[in-house]
Amino acid sequence: MSTELKLVVDRIKCDGRGLCAELLPELIRLDDWGYPILAPGPIPEHLRALAQRAVEDCPVLAIALRRAERKQ
Amino acid sequence: MRLLEGPEVGAGAESYADHVRRLGGVPDLGPGLIGTLQRSGLAGRGGAAFPTAVKWQAVAERSRGQAVVVVNGAEGEPRSQKDRLLMSARPHLVLDGAFIAARVLRARRVIVYIGERHQSARAAMLRAVAERPDPERGLVTFSAAPARYVAGAEAAAIHFLNEGVATPTTVPPYPFERGVGGAPTLVQNVETLAHVASLARPGGAASTLLLTLAGGVATAGVLEVEAGVTIGEAMRRAGGVTESPRAVLVGGYFGSWVEPERAWLLAIDHESLRRHGLGLGCGVIGLLPASRCPVCETAGIMRYLASESSAQCGPCFFGLRALADACTRISEGSSDGHDLQRLQRWAAEVAGRGSCRHPDGAVMFLASSLDVFAREFAHHTAHNLRRSA
Repeated sequence: MSTELKLVVDRIKCDGRGLCAELLPELIRLDDWGYPILAPGPIPEHLRALAQRAVEDCPVLAIALRRAERKQ
Repeated sequence: MRLLEGPEVGAGAESYADHVRRLGGVPDLGPGLIGTLQRSGLAGRGGAAFPTAVKWQAVAERSRGQAVVVVNGAEGEPRSQKDRLLMSARPHLVLDGAFIAARVLRARRVIVYIGERHQSARAAMLRAVAERPDPERGLVTFSAAPARYVAGAEAAAIHFLNEGVATPTTVPPYPFERGVGGAPTLVQNVETLAHVASLARPGGAASTLLLTLAGGVATAGVLEVEAGVTIGEAMRRAGGVTESPRAVLVGGYFGSWVEPERAWLLAIDHESLRRHGLGLGCGVIGLLPASRCPVCETAGIMRYLASESSAQCGPCFFGLRALADACTRISEGSSDGHDLQRLQRWAAEVAGRGSCRHPDGAVMFLASSLDVFAREFAHHTAHNLRRSA
C-alpha cells in the first residue's frame, strides 16, 4: 500500500510570500491577500517532487508534507 | 440538580459553610468519575461543546502527578454573562469541580483564569478560595485573562499563562500534551466544572444549561433551563419578547441567525441543535428587533470579530477585515455592486485557514446573515446601485 501525502501550512508562520503557488500552481493558488489556498485531497504521484520542492523552498518554512489519513 | 438552585442569585456569593450545609462537601471519588462523565454526555460549555470525558481521559493518561487544571472564566464573548454570574453566585460549585478535576487527574496546580473585566466574579472566587481548607487552598493561583475574544480559547489561555501573550498557537501540541509549563493541562469552562460538581454527588445529573438571553426580551440576562426546552419556552420564561424579532442569534457571535418561527421550535441542547446545523456556543441567544437593520447589525459584529483577530494568520487578519469592510460598504450604501459576490467568495475561502477557529466562527456567522437576511442584503445592494447610477 502506497502512502498518501498531503500538504499542510502553518498559518501562523506563513507570510504570504507566494513561492509555493509559483512552484505548484496545480495544487496551490493564492487568495486576494497572497496567502495559499490548498487543493483538497492527497498529492498526485506525479506532483510529489514539486511538492517536496515547495516545502524546501518556503522562505519561512511554513509548509510541510504530512501523511494523509486514508478515507475508507 | 440546578446549578443556580439555593439562595437568591442576586444575594451574592454563597459561603462555603452554606454550600456544604446545602450540598455536602466534595464527595469521595473512585476512579469511575471519568466513566460517569462519559455516561452523562457532558460537553464543554465554553463554546466548543467538546466531550468532557475525552479531555479528562487524555490528561489523566499523561499526568503522572504533574497535570495542571485551568479554571476557565475568561468569558470573552461580549454578550455572554453566565460564567461571571455563576462565579459570583456559586463560586464553591465551580471550585468543587476544579478540585474534583485536580484529584481525578492527579494535578499539582489549579489556575483560576478570569476575565480582567469580571471584577465581582474574581472577588467572589478569591474569597471562596480563602474559605477552602488546605490542601485545596494551597493548590490555587489566580490569573487575569485579557479582555479579548480569543483569550478564552484553550491554546490562547495556555500561551498567556506561559508567556503572557493571549494569542492562539499552532496545535499540536495540544494542551493535554504540553500545556502550562509543558505539563499536561486541562482547560475547562467554569459552567462545565460546576456540572461536574453536580454529577459527582449521589443522584447528580448535568441536565441543565445556562443561557444568556439578549436583545428584545422582557428579562434579559442569565436563565437556567433543562436541556431540551425550546427557545420559545425559554423566551416565555424570561417574560416574553418586548418587540417582534426579525431573527434570533443562536450561539452568540460564533453562532447563526435563525428565522424566529423556526427558532422558537428548536430544542436547546447540543445534540438536537447540531442536527439542525447549529450550535449553542457559549449559550447566548440574542433577539434582533424588527426595527433594527440586519445588515448594519451584521456589519457591526463583523467589524468586532475582525478587530478581535489575533493578527497572526493572514487569511484571518486580512480576510475578516475585508469581509467587515464589504459589509460596512453595503450597509452604508457605498458598495460598487460586487460586494455581495465578494462576501460569498471570501467567506468560503477564509474558512478553515487559521491556526484557531476564529475565522471559521466569523464566516459561519456571516454565512447565516447572508442566508437569513438575503432580502435585506439584496435591497441594500440595489439601493447602492441606484445611488451610484
